[in-house]
Amino acid sequence: MFDNFDLMVAALGAGMWTTVWVTLTSYTIALAIGMVLVVMHVSPAVPARWAANAYTQLFRNIPLLAVLFIMYFGLPKVGIVADNWVWALLGLGMYTGAFVGETLRSGINSIPLGQAEAARSIGLTFGQSLKGVILPQAVRAVIPPLGSLLIALVKNSALVLAIGVTELTAQSRRLIEDNESRFDLWGVIIGVTVSYLLIALVLSYLVRLVEKRTAFVR
Amino acid sequence: MVTISGVNKHFGELHALKDIDLTVDDGEVVVLIGPSGSGKSTLCRTINRLETVDSGTVTVNGKPLPAEGRALANLRADVGMVFQHFNLFAHLTVQQNITLGPVKVRRTPKAKADERARQLLERVGLSEKADVYPSQLSGGQQQRVAIARGLAMDPKLMMFDEPTSALDPEMINEVLDVMQDLAREGMTMVVVTHEMGFARRAANRVVFMAEGQIVETATPDEFFDDPKTERAQDFLSKVMTH
Repeated sequence: MFDNFDLMVAALGAGMWTTVWVTLTSYTIALAIGMVLVVMHVSPAVPARWAANAYTQLFRNIPLLAVLFIMYFGLPKVGIVADNWVWALLGLGMYTGAFVGETLRSGINSIPLGQAEAARSIGLTFGQSLKGVILPQAVRAVIPPLGSLLIALVKNSALVLAIGVTELTAQSRRLIEDNESRFDLWGVIIGVTVSYLLIALVLSYLVRLVEKRTAFVR
Repeated sequence: MVTISGVNKHFGELHALKDIDLTVDDGEVVVLIGPSGSGKSTLCRTINRLETVDSGTVTVNGKPLPAEGRALANLRADVGMVFQHFNLFAHLTVQQNITLGPVKVRRTPKAKADERARQLLERVGLSEKADVYPSQLSGGQQQRVAIARGLAMDPKLMMFDEPTSALDPEMINEVLDVMQDLAREGMTMVVVTHEMGFARRAANRVVFMAEGQIVETATPDEFFDDPKTERAQDFLSKVMTH
């Protein structure tokens, strides 16, 4: 079943590596975008709230594949040219960022209003209250759902094969469609499944670790 | 210290504050009492603009309250506030709760703020609790930490919004004792409370509110021994029978 095992492992290993770094880099982008969005969402400035809402609705409501196609095929037509991996990272990051923003917002909503009132009443400005009191608690409250978004991103990252980034799923397809038929179909399927499981389980474990490390006594 | 004049406030249909005029002088302890929903907490919260007003003016230290922003934040730093539900920062230790304001707002060096926090904790009788989280404390202990947090800013005025209403009976006195000490030391205080004994002992002036209006203002002795208005007589007869 596992014909040419070492070749298969090498190919899937390369794919795994790409999947991991694409996932982690785009997740970092998503966290940054989500953080900006949530600050805009709760800001007293109405245009900021409006803009955050517009962004969220836009990226939450179009398919990720469409986002990638619009970037990869559409943007060069209006003179914005970049490598496919740039669009892969931006597409995944901007799409996931909308979800991160909503997740953080639900975290903020879970913090009792009294925390913000106490923060303001000792003289903290809006920004200081967010940074020192509200966000630290809100982020901790939503680490599990943020972890779920990360795992979802691992799987969503498979879509970037459509714009020519050879990540794990693309690698497995190459093995299955090998000209010389050196690889058994089931061997590859099992190999790619195990690879995805491995990535997801390790990341889940790391998220757990972060959750434990940042916990405070409630 | 505080001048409130012609203040009105609505919550939708409810006219929560009706033409309120009130001044609080330096070093004075003003206790607001009255039935639930009479507007005393709302009035207290207008003083540091946690509640905005629809009309009228609130001035603190001669300056009208500015709109939300840095100027208002600076003013709030001078006005300590103690809440019914303590509202200690849940993710910070007791010590960090007390030093957050001084370090972030007053730019006090960390070591100095820590030293001050220790003094304040000693003062409220909680020296050993510096490194625990609020949830590990009883209600009375949390409220004393909240008072220490307020005092750490060296406020010109301390406000207490029903500070003992969420406490078990046996914890009420430990909080009232701290407040009474403060009053004796000359702190300017605005206290919303249902603790009539405290009002009588600590207040310079009792302000009785009902249905969003100030019904009667008097010294504690006058108010409790000889209330002038029927509304106050009625209220006192209900709270003092037991």
